[in-house]
Amino acid sequence: MKTNSELHEPLAATDEIDYNELIEPVGYDFGLSRRSFVQILGAGLLLVVASAPALAQERRRGGGDFFGRGARTLSARLHIGKDGIITVMTGKVEAGQGARAELTQAAAEELRVAPGQVQLVMSDTALAPDDGITAGSGSTPRTVPVIRQAAAAARELLVDFAAKQLGVERGSISVRDSKATDAAGKRVVSYADLAANEEVTKDFAQPISSDVTLTAVKEWKVMGTSLIRPNAREVVTGAHKYPSDIIRPGMLYGKILRAPAIGAKLVSVDVSVAKAMKDVAVAQSDGFVGVAGPTSFQAEDASDALSKTAKWDSVTLPSSKELFDYLKQYAEGGVPANPFADEIAKAAKVVRQNYNVAYAQHAPLEPRAAVAEWNDGLLTVWTGTQNPFGVRRELAGAFHLSEERVHVIVPDFGAGFGGKHTGEVAVEAARLAQAAGKPVSLRWTREEEFTWAYFRPAAAIEIEASLDADGKLTSWHFININSGNAAVDTPYRVGSDRSRYVPSKPFLRHGSYRGLAATANNFARECFMDELAAAAGADPLDFRLAHLENPRLRAVLETVAEKFGWKERVKKKSSNGGIGLACGTEKGSYVAACVEIELDAKNQIRARHVCEAFECGAIVNPDNLLKQVQGAILMGLGPALREEVRFENGEIQTASFRTYPVPRYEDVPELDIHLVNRPDIPSAGAGETPIMCVAPAIANAVFQATGKRVREMPIRLSAV
Amino acid sequence: MDATITFTVNGKSRTVITDPQRPLLDVLREDLQLTGTKYGCGEGQCRACTVLMNGKSVASCITPISDADKQTILTIEGIANGDKLHPVQQAFLEEGAFQCGYCTAGMIMGTVALLKEIPKPTDADIVSKMNRHICRCCSYPKYLRAIHRAAEQTRKEAA
Repeated sequence: MKTNSELHEPLAATDEIDYNELIEPVGYDFGLSRRSFVQILGAGLLLVVASAPALAQERRRGGGDFFGRGARTLSARLHIGKDGIITVMTGKVEAGQGARAELTQAAAEELRVAPGQVQLVMSDTALAPDDGITAGSGSTPRTVPVIRQAAAAARELLVDFAAKQLGVERGSISVRDSKATDAAGKRVVSYADLAANEEVTKDFAQPISSDVTLTAVKEWKVMGTSLIRPNAREVVTGAHKYPSDIIRPGMLYGKILRAPAIGAKLVSVDVSVAKAMKDVAVAQSDGFVGVAGPTSFQAEDASDALSKTAKWDSVTLPSSKELFDYLKQYAEGGVPANPFADEIAKAAKVVRQNYNVAYAQHAPLEPRAAVAEWNDGLLTVWTGTQNPFGVRRELAGAFHLSEERVHVIVPDFGAGFGGKHTGEVAVEAARLAQAAGKPVSLRWTREEEFTWAYFRPAAAIEIEASLDADGKLTSWHFININSGNAAVDTPYRVGSDRSRYVPSKPFLRHGSYRGLAATANNFARECFMDELAAAAGADPLDFRLAHLENPRLRAVLETVAEKFGWKERVKKKSSNGGIGLACGTEKGSYVAACVEIELDAKNQIRARHVCEAFECGAIVNPDNLLKQVQGAILMGLGPALREEVRFENGEIQTASFRTYPVPRYEDVPELDIHLVNRPDIPSAGAGETPIMCVAPAIANAVFQATGKRVREMPIRLSAV
Repeated sequence: MDATITFTVNGKSRTVITDPQRPLLDVLREDLQLTGTKYGCGEGQCRACTVLMNGKSVASCITPISDADKQTILTIEGIANGDKLHPVQQAFLEEGAFQCGYCTAGMIMGTVALLKEIPKPTDADIVSKMNRHICRCCSYPKYLRAIHRAAEQTRKEAA
């Protein structure tokens, strides 16, 4: 086995797409020979019989790019059953962010059918087109439109067919309540009638027509409503099968032998004791060793037996205490100097500060999980990933198979937050299944998830800016070391401006996180704007507005300030609390927040009231949007106040919910959320941006309360 | 040494012959195929694995199966009455009170236990009793509403 991502290798930096650089697969390579291939597909195949050639074509072209390749034909996107049930296929996944409801709404709206008439097949690489990774708040701005287009094209085919059947002008046909009717409303043609017509197969084999009219926002009947997730009932009854719930005949449960510390390499291990255990299979390839047994308990016993004999070579790694010095020391090309010496020289005031942001973990409640099954060289894997086609590629690469021999199915899973872009657990399960000759279910433990999943990158940020005598910004120099370029550019008018991301040499495996580096960049920028306001002797709100042109960002900032009562409340001084604000924009959406904090006797910070305004264009599903915004704010309280990955000698010391305290019921502040609807603007995604103001608003409130600037995340006034 | 464990699960008597140290969670999921109860942390810190033992909420991931011998267990699969959802399930459904839903089964079972103890809980009661349950999507505000709705529906059904 080889791993292609060496621990000390910096990630390739690309300025164009922030995501690709941050996906860091483990890079398993099991170098297997090809086996004979018998294709076995489940009952789902019946759905797409008409489109099988098109699907085969899709598969040959591969996939897994950030944006995916989409559907080349209408049949690859949409199937109408002779019973009138309409199946829509998408490579997007449902991880709690609400894509299943929203994409169902998109199809139902354009088809003019009830949402219940649409069956959405998601993220099955044998059935669905590759819509790219589910990340970057992309499903709303990119996948909703392509699904609407396909649905509208199908609706137009119904109109054509109805006009022909009824012998009337096309223009006299209207489609409502899942039927086409003539002008008199007497004669009716249904989608089932359309599906029964052999001729239509030809039309479905064509590329999706772009010459279709999408329903105007003011005409929306299904979009714009709070459709509940279509499989919600299965969730509350426990019937829904998450990836870790999949059971296959004869299935075993797996466990991987893990190193005692990050970077440690396996020197030797005696597998004989584990091999001798009843019904236990052992898989071993170079540094990889794992077991599978009839129960998780037996697999753990076998793995414990392996641990006892395993010898490891460890490496020396810095501790979390030395982290930020280390990242600066290894900044690629060094930390760039401020190029605006002239502005600095003639400035009335110059402010310079450093901000540090700790490593964080996503800790989705369902840890990485996969069930893998081999059938004559065909590999089927059920797993929870945001990147089904990427994982298919990872599996094909690890086992030297062509992609059409690998079938990845992603059941709606237990959250990702940017943390499940890779397929290591799928590859591990497949390796165990291969050794066992039986299906294997592998679910990482919480400790594994905290230790071996990739982290949100730590950031060391340096900012310098100059002000003229009127308190106007004249130059701005912003450097993010290590964590990425999301929201690195300032939305303010700052005079001479350079903002950039400089990669470093991260020694923890890092990757995407909700909002990516926007959480770090906006934290530093918005805290710094507060410092500049103080230097200019201005109110933080006034100072921002004086440097802000973007009308959408101004609108959310002004909305939140008014709803919160900023102007009145900022005048009052409390003995044990304070208020702060922040704003920002990323991925086409706009957010601003005001926060009131309180300090307890031990100087611990608690958010008492969070008021946030958020705008992402036309709202597709108000209730789902509210949940995304609430969830992002509350999730953001974790890294803002407490969550921090600590490590020493390669050992993660925060590998439990005891030591990595995520937000709980008791942390929920008074929440006051204002969703600004802009029907005149195309919808942007909302899963990430609402997280980015919580931390800086809290840090600014701490300053207002105490006069102390905390330039670190987590923001703390007292020792841990 | 395996032991014979006989217990009642969702109203049915079940017998398993297994290592008595195995967690109740594993036996439910792997032996009885009741996968509605979830693994979240394996150390009783997140309560995704909550089931009721003799009506009380327990973390099945840290409960050895030997403790369940001759006891009565209720899981998420056992609270609906045929097609009629339990009032707590109904309330969570109506509120759309989850995002990924992975913590929901534990949250519902915790609520069933809570409402038995406190039929009309205040926000403070809910926070104090439910604080052990982690929702990583942080749907807590929705869950709070759902728990109040569940309390109301339970009282209505009892009346």
